Amino acid sequence: MAIISYIDAVTQALREEMQRDRRVFIMGEDVGVRGGVFRATNGLYEEFGEERVIDAPLAESAIAGVAIGAAAYGMRPVAEMQFADFIMPAVNQIVSEAAKMRYRSNNDWHCPLVIRAPYGGGVHGALYHSQSVEAMFNSTPGLKVVAPSTPYDVKGMLKAAIRDDDPVLFFEHKRCYRLIKGEVPESDYTVPLGKADIKREGEDITVISYGLTLHFALQAAEKLAEEGINAHVLDLRTLYPLDKESIVEAARKTGKVLIIHEDNKEGGVGGEVAAVIAEECLFDLDAPIKRLAGPDVPAMPYSPTLEKFFMLTPDKVMAAMRELAEF
Amino acid sequence: MAENRHQAAGLTDEQVLDMYYTMLLARKIDERMWLLNRAGKIPFVISCQGQEAAQVGAAFAFNRETDYACPYYRDMGVVLAFGMTAKDMMLSAFAKAEDPNSGGRQMPGHFGSRKHNILTGSSPVTTQVPHAVGLALAGRMDGKNPVVFTSFGEGSSNQGDFHEGANFAGVHKLPVIFFCENNKYAISVPITKQLACKSVADRAQGYGFPGVSIDGNDPIEVYKATKEAVDRGRRGEGPTLIEAVTYRLVPHSSDDDDRSYRSREEVEEAKKKDPILRFSVYLREVGLLTEEKEKELNEQAAREVDEATEYAENAPYPEPESALNHVYAE
Repeated sequence: MAIISYIDAVTQALREEMQRDRRVFIMGEDVGVRGGVFRATNGLYEEFGEERVIDAPLAESAIAGVAIGAAAYGMRPVAEMQFADFIMPAVNQIVSEAAKMRYRSNNDWHCPLVIRAPYGGGVHGALYHSQSVEAMFNSTPGLKVVAPSTPYDVKGMLKAAIRDDDPVLFFEHKRCYRLIKGEVPESDYTVPLGKADIKREGEDITVISYGLTLHFALQAAEKLAEEGINAHVLDLRTLYPLDKESIVEAARKTGKVLIIHEDNKEGGVGGEVAAVIAEECLFDLDAPIKRLAGPDVPAMPYSPTLEKFFMLTPDKVMAAMRELAEF
Repeated sequence: MAENRHQAAGLTDEQVLDMYYTMLLARKIDERMWLLNRAGKIPFVISCQGQEAAQVGAAFAFNRETDYACPYYRDMGVVLAFGMTAKDMMLSAFAKAEDPNSGGRQMPGHFGSRKHNILTGSSPVTTQVPHAVGLALAGRMDGKNPVVFTSFGEGSSNQGDFHEGANFAGVHKLPVIFFCENNKYAISVPITKQLACKSVADRAQGYGFPGVSIDGNDPIEVYKATKEAVDRGRRGEGPTLIEAVTYRLVPHSSDDDDRSYRSREEVEEAKKKDPILRFSVYLREVGLLTEEKEKELNEQAAREVDEATEYAENAPYPEPESALNHVYAE
């Protein structure tokens, strides 16, 4: 199996799906000739032409809204928001339109649309190129929200999202793009949406995370193993709807749960995960549910000292894991 | 005998009579809905009254088998012309399970029917405009090149989605007809407080395609302008913005009271230009409508509305638990 980067997994999935299905096309800002500001669509314009890799006018609501119309027609659009921070003008289209089209038409119409959005910080992006906006979409039935953390999952889940008959918001952690590499098969495969994945087996504490912080947890787990603390690490992968069964199973396994995400704490995905555990298996727990998350400030500041303060790190994660293990 | 304007516009006698009946039927359904609302039988009405000529005149310019419509909430005339029926409208008004628009899930006026190429709509205004552009884009990729109708009010022409959609369609030269039904009020706010430019049609200039302002109470003029726009679209010459100037003869909805924002004299004056009356005068002048024929058409429409009302009133509501269905593909 080839070892490729997280962003190359995005490109591979897009290329293979476009080769497989003529209905798949890409639309967004700078996705064509430039190949994307992160190079996620690199080479696709040359291979598929401007008709299928569309450099859209700079207007996010139209990018989402035009893609919705095309999806309703029967195409399989993959729209790109250049940064998740810039998704706000498109929220009405995503939440009021894409997510509700099937329900409001009593299953007459549907919207097989993927919207990709790079999110997350640690890239000197300041307030408006660093945000984690997933929590905003996590109470929107009709929409699927995914945030894979490994190249294998990125490729398999992006393919699954493109083949899905409902709208999928596909969050890609931009710090992971070139930092995270992993084995990805050359053969065609998909990873099902809506299923969490155990990334590390352990008996002492359970860590539930997604995206970049999932990797911090895995790194910390290796170090803690040397101290005799064995962490069980669950990657949520899909943030909405949550895989409640896997969450409860993972919580029961050790009775001690730490939920980690980069997004700020209050109102974040972690709160819902904690609620699921509290509702389903409170009496199987040996410690209060802990959350480690970004601070409750409007967004990530620019100056390196401020950015570093906001971001989680393997050390901060390890400290929280050790503290829970010692409870 | 008066000048025959419809033949000059390319419409047959049969087509104009069909247009007239569709306008009349829309009006009769709408009037019945108000009665049902005031009798406490249906919770809500949102009207097409006064705008039927604009709606039906425009819809007749499309190939209603293969083109698409992304209408707004007043467009009963459009959806009837695209194939929906009085029964479909009443099932929606009574929110019954069989309502083809939404199975009773949406308020009346939220049209949608895959069978009739009418894309499902919502309440936040103008969101349908980019969808129309997307349908046209997809239709071109697919090689079938349908022309797409989308409509909105003059107030809605302020929304970002109108401007973003129009710009996208202009850049990509897509066959979309942006059809503004300017009824002069966005609920209570008059057009003078909505637009600083002279007409909604002026807005097309910013997006590189033609904009025309026409008398929206004359179905033949509306048809003519729309047909030209549709033909341009089919020839690959891109979108057109049409502003059909008309008037809303009743309050915004069954929950509105328009006495607080417009005078009775103004409304009475507008009623003299009622598009249905005007069209019947024309049809009589060209000898297509007689008193007898008009009576017959009125009775036919009344019968259709009666039957639709009775059917819908007696039809079952959705099963309560069906509220859980169709969130995702099953």
